[in-house]
Amino acid sequence: MALLEVDDLCVTFSRRGQRPVRAVDGVSFAVDAGEVVGLVGESGCGKSVTSLAIMGLLPKQPGLRVGGKAVFDGTDLLQLDDRSRRDIRGRDVAMIFQDPLSSLNPVIPIGLQVTEVLTRHRGMKGAAAEKEAARLLDRVGIPDPKRRLKEYPHQLSGGMRQRALIAMAVACQPRLLIADEPTTALDVTIQAQILELLKELVRDSGTALVMITHDLGVVAGMCETINVLYAGRVVETARRRPLFRQPRHPYTVGLLGSVPRLDAGRGERLYPIPGSVRDVLPWPDGCAFAPRCSRRVDACVGEPPELVLSHDDRAYRCVNPAPLPGVTPGADVRATVPTLAEPGSVPAQAVPDDPPTVPGLNPAPREEEKP
Amino acid sequence: MTIAPGKKKQKIDRLAELAARDDERGVSLWQEAFRRLRRNPAAIVGAAILTVFVIVAVVGPLLVPFGPSDTIGIREGLIRPGVIPGADGDHWLGYDHQGRDEFSRLIVGARQTLLVGVVSTLIGLAVGALIGGVAGAAAGLGGRWGRWLDSTLMRIIDMMLAMPSLLLAVSIAALLGASLTTVMIAVGVVSVPVFARLLRGSMISQSNSDYVLAATSLGVRKPKIALTHVVPNSLAPVIVQATLTLATAIIEAAALSFLGLGNPDTAIPEWGMMLAEAQPYLDIRPGLAVYPALAIIVTALGFTLLGEAMREALDPKLRK
Repeated sequence: MALLEVDDLCVTFSRRGQRPVRAVDGVSFAVDAGEVVGLVGESGCGKSVTSLAIMGLLPKQPGLRVGGKAVFDGTDLLQLDDRSRRDIRGRDVAMIFQDPLSSLNPVIPIGLQVTEVLTRHRGMKGAAAEKEAARLLDRVGIPDPKRRLKEYPHQLSGGMRQRALIAMAVACQPRLLIADEPTTALDVTIQAQILELLKELVRDSGTALVMITHDLGVVAGMCETINVLYAGRVVETARRRPLFRQPRHPYTVGLLGSVPRLDAGRGERLYPIPGSVRDVLPWPDGCAFAPRCSRRVDACVGEPPELVLSHDDRAYRCVNPAPLPGVTPGADVRATVPTLAEPGSVPAQAVPDDPPTVPGLNPAPREEEKP
Repeated sequence: MTIAPGKKKQKIDRLAELAARDDERGVSLWQEAFRRLRRNPAAIVGAAILTVFVIVAVVGPLLVPFGPSDTIGIREGLIRPGVIPGADGDHWLGYDHQGRDEFSRLIVGARQTLLVGVVSTLIGLAVGALIGGVAGAAAGLGGRWGRWLDSTLMRIIDMMLAMPSLLLAVSIAALLGASLTTVMIAVGVVSVPVFARLLRGSMISQSNSDYVLAATSLGVRKPKIALTHVVPNSLAPVIVQATLTLATAIIEAAALSFLGLGNPDTAIPEWGMMLAEAQPYLDIRPGLAVYPALAIIVTALGFTLLGEAMREALDPKLRK
């Protein structure tokens, strides 16, 4: 059994006088220790709500209903009472947020915010806590940690802030880490460093990592298993290589096709997915992606497509999936086979064939931030 | 390029590091606000007025040429019905209706006025911040019971707000009987709802911020979050309001004195009381009303200038 097994997670927001909104509609996935699993999709597809629901951080309001299960090491996180949930948070399960500046308290020094976690879960106080906090900052690659402890968030650079947040999250060596778009607010070179750091933490401590992102470059560089979400449901699940080589769901195809590429000719157009994520068909009426889909057939509308399990551990929710290349010659090769970097190479917005030849996309050396 | 690429890179990194580091270390938000404050001319003027006011209030009574309750004018037969002499060589602002030296009374009155202003504001701040803090924490972080507690507290505050402030102060002063303490309590109570509402609103908006979510995601307990995260971030508007309230408190204390609900001990002068006493003699010596009124206006202006400047300095929207 995996460390975290999310099974049929549903989150519904209802408001008086309005149709209830199913933000997350039966999402299932599993993460094992030392594994990185990606949740990918556009804004509004339910990625963040999924992570907040697992953490129990959704704002408590009358119209909120959370269903399904999120079993972490034998306990269902969704059934916990507030007290035990608070005990688990930060100690066993921790989260890294998108915007490091607003996620840090602006009026108290970094050090206090790190020691707060240590005091809460590890009972450390005073000098011991401070020493441990300095060690943690050092661990996440913040130079001169003793001095940094006394500084305020606005004095740190964006990358440093995210490192500090990561230090807080890993302070108690949680077994599960949820990173909600951890690099979105950072520029590309810092992104690469932060992702490298996360990878390192996963490798060293065997932490399970759920990576939530809309950036396929990040996914390509980090995740072993990828779940593509659309309108609150998983539309495709696959290991990294097969997903990038042969995406089956038209939405995945569209996502990969809309990544700008450096090797595309001048004047060549980008390929966005037409429409917006709001143009959805409610799942019970058919495939939610159908209104925007280029491979739409009559069978798409009427009843929701089932998750089709195929060979090599992958699944897609589509009645007319993109053909495997080679099987149907003449298929839109550009869209179906976006060239992808080798595993472990540059996670960047654009993924060229041969990353090292493109200077702007090289993963910056770690010394970049050090004096 | 004469510099080796590695060297050059190091140099650039070094420069970037220096630029990123603030010119001074450990600059908190408050220190930065203070820096902005120093550059604002209105703040300088306000602070200068207040410094003079405080110095006068503290050391003035020790240096005045005449005792504030010494009826020199009557003793020397200068005061007759219908005649109050104006300024002469020794008495810069002349005499009041009982023949006391007006200048000395004005100086000594500063202490009393400052005392009433500061103490009543502190009373209002303490009680208001307590109620507002509890309500804000309950509404922002608590569950259903929290919202219930918040509603209850806020309805009480609303009732206080519904009454005209001077009427409320007069009622309290009348109920407790005229004394200096009464004035302070009455003026303080009037400012309670303002502080309470302000801190509550500020705390509720801060409770929805990302760093509260981040702290929650790390398992930090709610009281701790309220005290270390929400309250420090919510204090700025309350501090500004306190400065502005000092000005209104002085005016309100003067109003109470004017209405005869101030300190009954007329030996110790107070600006509002001096204003009230000058009323019957407006046609003979208008100066007796003008001097304390000017003193009140200038002091209130000082507090208001400083308060407004502080609001600008602490306002996140105006921050660069």
